[in-house]
Amino acid sequence: MINMKILQNRDSFLKTQVLIIGGGVTGTGLARDLGLRGISSILVEKQDINAGASGGNHGLLHSGARYAASDSEAAAECREEGELLKKLAPQCIEDTGGLFVAVKGDNENYTADFPGMCEKSGIKADFIDIAEVLEMEPLLSPDIIAAYQVSDASIDPFMLSLDNISHARDLGAVLMRYTKLESFNIENKKIKTALVRNTVTGQETIIEPEQVVSAAGAWAGIVAGLAGIKLDLVCSMGTLLVTQSRLAKKVINRLRKASDADILVPGGTVSILGTTSVRIDDPDKCRPTIPETDYIIEQGAAMIPALETTQYIRAYSGVRPLTGSSSGDDRNVSRGFALIDHAKDRVENLTTISGGKLTTFRLMAEKTADLICRKMGISKTCTTRTVPLPGSKEGRWTAPGLAPRMWMTGHKSDDIILCECEMVSKGIIDNIIKSCRQQGEVPTLKTVGIRSRIGKGPCQGGFCSARIAAHMYDREEFSGKKGLNELREFLNERWRGKHPVLWGLPLEQAELQEALHCGFFGLEL
Amino acid sequence: MKKTIINCDLLIIGTGMAGMAASVFAANRGLSAVNAGQSGEINFASGFLDLMGVFPVQDKKQWENPWEAVDALVKEMPEHPYAKISGKEISLAFDEFTDFLYQSGVPYAGYPDKNIQMLTPVGTFKPTFRVPNSMFKGIQAYKEKNQCLIADFRGMKGFSGRQLVEVLGDKWPGLRNIRIDLPGLKGEAYPKHLARSMENMETRQSLIKLLKPHIKEEKSVGFPAIMGLCKTLEVISHLEQELGVEVFEIAVMPPSVAGSRIWTAYQTGILKKGVNVLFQKQVLSFEQSETGELIFDIGQREKELRVQAKGAVLASGRFFGKGLYADRKMIRESIFNLPVFQPESRCRWHENNFLSPKGHKLNQAGIETDEFFRPLDSSGRPAYKNLFAAGSILAHQDWTRMKCGSGLAIASAFKAVNSFIQELP
Repeated sequence: MINMKILQNRDSFLKTQVLIIGGGVTGTGLARDLGLRGISSILVEKQDINAGASGGNHGLLHSGARYAASDSEAAAECREEGELLKKLAPQCIEDTGGLFVAVKGDNENYTADFPGMCEKSGIKADFIDIAEVLEMEPLLSPDIIAAYQVSDASIDPFMLSLDNISHARDLGAVLMRYTKLESFNIENKKIKTALVRNTVTGQETIIEPEQVVSAAGAWAGIVAGLAGIKLDLVCSMGTLLVTQSRLAKKVINRLRKASDADILVPGGTVSILGTTSVRIDDPDKCRPTIPETDYIIEQGAAMIPALETTQYIRAYSGVRPLTGSSSGDDRNVSRGFALIDHAKDRVENLTTISGGKLTTFRLMAEKTADLICRKMGISKTCTTRTVPLPGSKEGRWTAPGLAPRMWMTGHKSDDIILCECEMVSKGIIDNIIKSCRQQGEVPTLKTVGIRSRIGKGPCQGGFCSARIAAHMYDREEFSGKKGLNELREFLNERWRGKHPVLWGLPLEQAELQEALHCGFFGLEL
Repeated sequence: MKKTIINCDLLIIGTGMAGMAASVFAANRGLSAVNAGQSGEINFASGFLDLMGVFPVQDKKQWENPWEAVDALVKEMPEHPYAKISGKEISLAFDEFTDFLYQSGVPYAGYPDKNIQMLTPVGTFKPTFRVPNSMFKGIQAYKEKNQCLIADFRGMKGFSGRQLVEVLGDKWPGLRNIRIDLPGLKGEAYPKHLARSMENMETRQSLIKLLKPHIKEEKSVGFPAIMGLCKTLEVISHLEQELGVEVFEIAVMPPSVAGSRIWTAYQTGILKKGVNVLFQKQVLSFEQSETGELIFDIGQREKELRVQAKGAVLASGRFFGKGLYADRKMIRESIFNLPVFQPESRCRWHENNFLSPKGHKLNQAGIETDEFFRPLDSSGRPAYKNLFAAGSILAHQDWTRMKCGSGLAIASAFKAVNSFIQELP
């Protein structure tokens, strides 16, 4: 019976030039790059856009200064790419500028060598007077002993990936979300077909690609494994905390050898503090923990004492896929990227792109596409260095503060606010659902969450989730008990990040939420 | 400025379910009582009064008979506050409090010794003991699976008739839904505004005009609980007359009018009983007189008045009610700095799964008491002979999972007030 069902479901067959695995910033960037070269691609993503490290990072557009001492090549790449992106994708970037500050007790030799090391990679780091820096960022510790100004910025990784994939689709790329790669069929040292399965509907599809690129981040080892290849990959989990309000105007870095909790990045109305580096075996086991949360706060407070008393909205983790094994601190592994042609492993049309930084995603996509073109014998050059990234409908509602601004400047008289924390209206939700539908996708509570600020405010989805579920029932997006199950999933997903930071006011909110969802609705029963 | 000093028998701290109940019991027993607290939390109440519904929570075992559930609970969890109260007392307490609500215009209904499986706004059912009269007919309609129409309102968020039809469809095929577009209502329809407008005859007439043509085979119509603020039963019987079917209310998400109906009833009822109410005020500091009386400075932010009481009931709630406060390291009690029973570290506070049926360990945290509900100090003896605790601040219970919140509040308030009276010289 089961086999019959699979056979019936296996009703679709697709051909493409390039099959991309992984819908993070690299995969979506690659789909766009290939699209601009006139090369067709299908991108399969087992969850949703930016479900891995692309959605679990600081949102920091590096000036390169952070790597000046340890990895001058990566530092120079960051500098160049950062400058390019500020010009090409300004909608995703807030050009905040950044600071490097050392506090009492930090290594003074490192501090003194810093500007020289930056210069070697062509990075500008200007000395600033302590009094001036304290005036600039009043929450900095009075124990600061040195400060430099650099050109760091903050970048919205969700908007970035959504804009990339939207442009790629305009250029003919196909996106398959919630689609998991099940197996490869390899014949004559080539992947002939890939079998993928929709994790929601169970439908299977066979894809026949000319080339396959694994941009699966921390899952790249698993993908390579399906082709019988062992890939040396280290999973380094980093945890970050989101504060309730924005604590600093600029990106603030601790001026010391890269260590835990030494970067605070502004992200619209909040600040993001992190990160840690913990080796894990299985990228699916990535989740923020309470000891890590406390450690991050204690470390960060040396630089910004208010971090000890401020309120946090949530914690989240991402997994850095680092290629090449190392002993000791995973921070010593290069943050440069690895482009691996698996022809050497006897699978001629498989390539893995791994490692790297959010900041260098465009370059990673460029180099990968160059390799793919060579392998396919196509002579098309990269244009992402000069073609601006168009803003998209899908990406726009991820911007903090946009929804309230739109609401204040005017809304339809019959529109109502569904998420009060972030002022997301029914009209915005309808827009998101409509654009999902236009792209042939089934909207879920989670997809609405990723594409908006829903669930990201102080109540973390406690109230708006049930309201949006009701609205989606009204719109006939949900039938039967589907909406209730999605509500449960959505609440549990938000809880992951919330439960490490529950004390003070957030704990009061969480208690109210539990009273509502368990005490009243009995959703746990 | 000279501060007003109020002398009384009993100060009741908190205006949630436990604080309200304690104030009613104190007044009914002829005590001079003062009730102080930041009202507001009650607006988040569902309107249901739970007694005891689920135990053991990890097995999701639901009980039809709440008294049997209490017995089973007390046997296995002798530290649960219900173990300090007899079934008889719980029953007397419940009746005395619901009688007060009835006298104040909010009648409650239920079965003598049986829980109700009550429909929630998301389409689930939860076991509870007493529900507002206005909701009771819905239970019969569901039982008989009669043809029924659920009406919702355009602009009212968080309540979807279609959702209820979809979720309940397999169990209740005769259910249909309809959206009402009330004339003159643009943008958001807030439950309170809707409820107020329903007390207006013209609004009801236009509702009837819109609805009547759609009632065919239906025996009943269910509305979200916005049928009037105070005149609910009047509104419902008028609609029943004109529509020719039974009309009932379905609970809605907070902030709802079900909570504010209780609050309004309480305010009018308790004033009539002569209780001195200090709403929107909190206890700012506490000391004990040489003779053992409890002295409190009370105000909004600044100390406005002083209450000198022979005893006090601490019904300040948990975190949302601000009776307990948690920092990154531990949980404290806000007024008396009483010891708080709690897991040894924050790592143990919560489960990884929010909806874990076994419940979060933190929920069991709270104030431990003796058999008279007197909070214990760190040596395990009553902290003050004339201080009592009631409601959700009590340790060793998880009211959100056990579905025992109101029962716990009302019964512990009952025992606390009676214990205080026994303490009086």
